[in-house]
Amino acid sequence: MAKKRTIEEINDKIRSGRAVVLTAEQVASMGRESTPAEIAEKVDVVTTGTFGPMCSSGMFINFGHTDPPMRMERVTLNNVPVFAGIAAVDAYIGATETALPYDQYGGAHIIEELIAGREVLLQATAKGTDCYPRTEVKTLISRDTVNEMIMFNPRNAYQNYNVAVNSTTAIKYTYMGTLLPSFGNATFSTSGELSPLLNDPDMRTIGIGTRIFFGGATGYVAWHGTQFNTGKPVNKHGIPLGNAATLALIGDARMMSTRFIRAAYFEKYGVSIFVGVGIPIPVLDEDMARRVMIRNSQIETNIIDYGSPGHDVLGRADYASLFGGEITLNGKKIRTAPLSSVKVAREIADTLREEITAGRFLITEPAEQFQKTSGLNSLDIRL
Amino acid sequence: MKSRRFVLTFPPEATGEPITYNLIRKYDIMVNIVKADVSPGKIGHLVMEMTAPAKVLKEGMAYMEQQNVECVPIDRTITYLEDLCIHCGACSAVCFAGALTMNRKTAELSFEPEKCVVCELCLTACPLKLFSIDLG
Repeated sequence: MAKKRTIEEINDKIRSGRAVVLTAEQVASMGRESTPAEIAEKVDVVTTGTFGPMCSSGMFINFGHTDPPMRMERVTLNNVPVFAGIAAVDAYIGATETALPYDQYGGAHIIEELIAGREVLLQATAKGTDCYPRTEVKTLISRDTVNEMIMFNPRNAYQNYNVAVNSTTAIKYTYMGTLLPSFGNATFSTSGELSPLLNDPDMRTIGIGTRIFFGGATGYVAWHGTQFNTGKPVNKHGIPLGNAATLALIGDARMMSTRFIRAAYFEKYGVSIFVGVGIPIPVLDEDMARRVMIRNSQIETNIIDYGSPGHDVLGRADYASLFGGEITLNGKKIRTAPLSSVKVAREIADTLREEITAGRFLITEPAEQFQKTSGLNSLDIRL
Repeated sequence: MKSRRFVLTFPPEATGEPITYNLIRKYDIMVNIVKADVSPGKIGHLVMEMTAPAKVLKEGMAYMEQQNVECVPIDRTITYLEDLCIHCGACSAVCFAGALTMNRKTAELSFEPEKCVVCELCLTACPLKLFSIDLG
């Protein structure tokens, strides 16, 4: 009978410095020679990591009040509009927001500048009210002058994602990078066996309130992410094919680092942001051991034609081939390239491993598990 | 024998001479066109690798100068800000020449300048805009 352990038992071991913590890559290679039962016996926690572009990201900010006070209505930071349709000096900086027509600098860059400690130009106007008489403001703000910088990302850490190819005769510029014509390349964007939700595909240990590594700081899973979908078909290893579950994440951006939060611009697409996320997976039992042992060759995803209007599914590829540099589609060999940094993902998983090993990072029991879903609604055009 | 890459800039008005043909026929220079952007009535650009003994290359360059074709050697190809690179791999996706590749073991970007054909696709493919072209 394989060993079972509770999160409290694991935390006791972490506190006393006795916990055995491995990264998902280490446990995947250990899995070649060990059985799930052996791994369940030996390993307490497995750390994961991912560092990819995650557009559905942003930051709440509270600027502090002026004297006399102002209810800011139209607000820009370095000329990029931010959402101010909330209370007086609160705003939300959406990562992909830009100051059109210039689309290469946007919310993601503002977030990165603020995290880096640089000054940013705040301009705001308002109609003025009896309680908030001031009608305009122009000043410089920074991480040290504002009250809060709370990163809240509605959709991060996608569980698996498609491979993108282009069947047309012209270059396609997409959020999956530059796709060369006539299947000239294929891009993909997860960290494979290191990826958080691929190491706990049924989310037995990840739920609301899970403590995580987030942008270089400690963060939390706030909720399931938008477009959360547990209804995707899975392969024989229990891995969903293509984009499935997602996470909404929250954390203190003031504690974050530009090593793990980086603004990006995808040619002729727009601004996005690289977000670093790492989630510790407690090895509760043999079933969890089997999950965290998952290897790139066992993780598969769909190959999608970004050149076709309906984004047709053309085939399937596994991550051993994708990271290996070549996949085969209908007999044709296609060069592959990642968009998500495995190098930084490793750094995240390693950092988290060190933090847990040193007793500075404890594992959380989810306050609530995620509900299963049965697919997504699409938007009907009814007028 | 010497191999060097050049950026040739053609004047908008036609020179009336088949320049590439002459370089091959008259000067016996081995010519490899890496990139071409030439249309009538506009300034044209060619990125060309020329292989010949140094003396012959010099003569070829003098001939082009006579024809009002500017001929600038490319001593360095592209450069990128390595310290800021996050090794995402987006540039390697477009590098059909194989100069930018991901090292499977270290997951780091590797750049082999000698393979670069100066197609410039990496300049726009890098989401962090870390590449620039250096004409030497």
